Amino acid sequence: MSLALPLAQTRLAVDWAWIERNAGYIQDQFREHVLLTVLPVTFGFIIAAVLGFFAVRWPGLYTPLLTLTGILFTIPSLALFVLLIAFTGLSIWTAVIPLTVYTLLILLRNVVEGFRGVPRDVRDAATAMGYSGAKRILTVDLPLALPVLFAGIRIATVTTIGLVSVSSLVGQGGLGQLFLDGFYRSFPTPLYVGLALSVVFAVTADLLLLWLQRALTPWTRR
Amino acid sequence: MELLFDVASWLSDPVQWDGSNAIYVRIGQHLWYTTTAVLVALIVALPIGLAVGHTGRGEAFAVNVANIGRAIPSFGIILLFVVLAGIGFVPVLIALTLFAIPPILTNTYTGISGVDRQLRDAAYGLGMRRLQVLTQVEIPVAMPLIMAGIRTSSVQVVATATLAAFPGLGGLGRYIINGLSVQNYPQVIAGALLVAVLALLVEGLLALLQRTVVPIGLQHTRVARR
Repeated sequence: MSLALPLAQTRLAVDWAWIERNAGYIQDQFREHVLLTVLPVTFGFIIAAVLGFFAVRWPGLYTPLLTLTGILFTIPSLALFVLLIAFTGLSIWTAVIPLTVYTLLILLRNVVEGFRGVPRDVRDAATAMGYSGAKRILTVDLPLALPVLFAGIRIATVTTIGLVSVSSLVGQGGLGQLFLDGFYRSFPTPLYVGLALSVVFAVTADLLLLWLQRALTPWTRR
Repeated sequence: MELLFDVASWLSDPVQWDGSNAIYVRIGQHLWYTTTAVLVALIVALPIGLAVGHTGRGEAFAVNVANIGRAIPSFGIILLFVVLAGIGFVPVLIALTLFAIPPILTNTYTGISGVDRQLRDAAYGLGMRRLQVLTQVEIPVAMPLIMAGIRTSSVQVVATATLAAFPGLGGLGRYIINGLSVQNYPQVIAGALLVAVLALLVEGLLALLQRTVVPIGLQHTRVARR
């Protein structure tokens, strides 16, 4: 167990010149990080919506589906990324597929709970007013489920932003490449930059989604 | 199918069950990182969660700490601490603890603040003091949620502790990192399997523990995890 080595002050400080010289590289990695977040959350939501639809229709499916996604969730991200190399090589899918899998547990639970939370009376009233299956789901159930759906999307997005960096070990990783850079050279500046941008991105994405949710569900604010 | 066979033969190879790198040694290291991180997180997060939930003060603080905690990439924090402090148990432990805190903190505070007002008033009406209300009413009622937080946190830390192997520590992550560097996929899969099984075992054990600490009357309360 080694304790902190006496480090020169300059080694800990932020090297602003490095940031300036590498602005383009940082920007590219950031853009990749955004892509590696948006794709998995989008795919995850589509899959969770389909699975959630079946789970609401046939409630017996819900527990097995949750158990399955729960088990997938315990597989360490690092391992899943590495395993995918065998199938996808070092392409972007090596990162996107595992990240999608990890969003499923969070999203599926929220899709199902969201739709189950729609009051029976409301649903019955809609049916009585002549709304049929798909139309009722889209215009009555969906809007009422939105707050819970968005809660899931927000958690999934923030969690994914944190996980993306691990895929740097399989050649993807967005800002995670900055982490590797800093680690291999024992030079903290790229780590500071990567961590700061990652947190800023997560907070911004969370606020944007919250704003979108509020805009879509004006009746929740009174 | 052939890959699965290779995984099975890797796992059953006596070499993996002997010496200082034996599987059970790695599991021991992995559990050691996990339990210390979760215990330290409990020491930090439980009192704060209880205080915030009980007094209703500092809710915004608790929510923000938990959200930002979730947003910080574990991988980056582990590497940063190692770069700043050198490779060792302590930097990695601090990083893992940071990730163990948010679920415990949020669930504790939500659980306590969600206790029925009438129940709390009744307890005061019976002449209980604040501390008694907290320990005899609020904590037992919030127990399902608090335990859910501890379970989520533990499972996450079991998975995240895998990353400790990258900067050179032990644990089950070693199989994955070493396997990656020599493209030994059966070993990678075996390592991943071991981590997943360990996570499920930890989850199962905590579920058993939950049965003993949650009052019988509350055992069937359904809990949404956060």
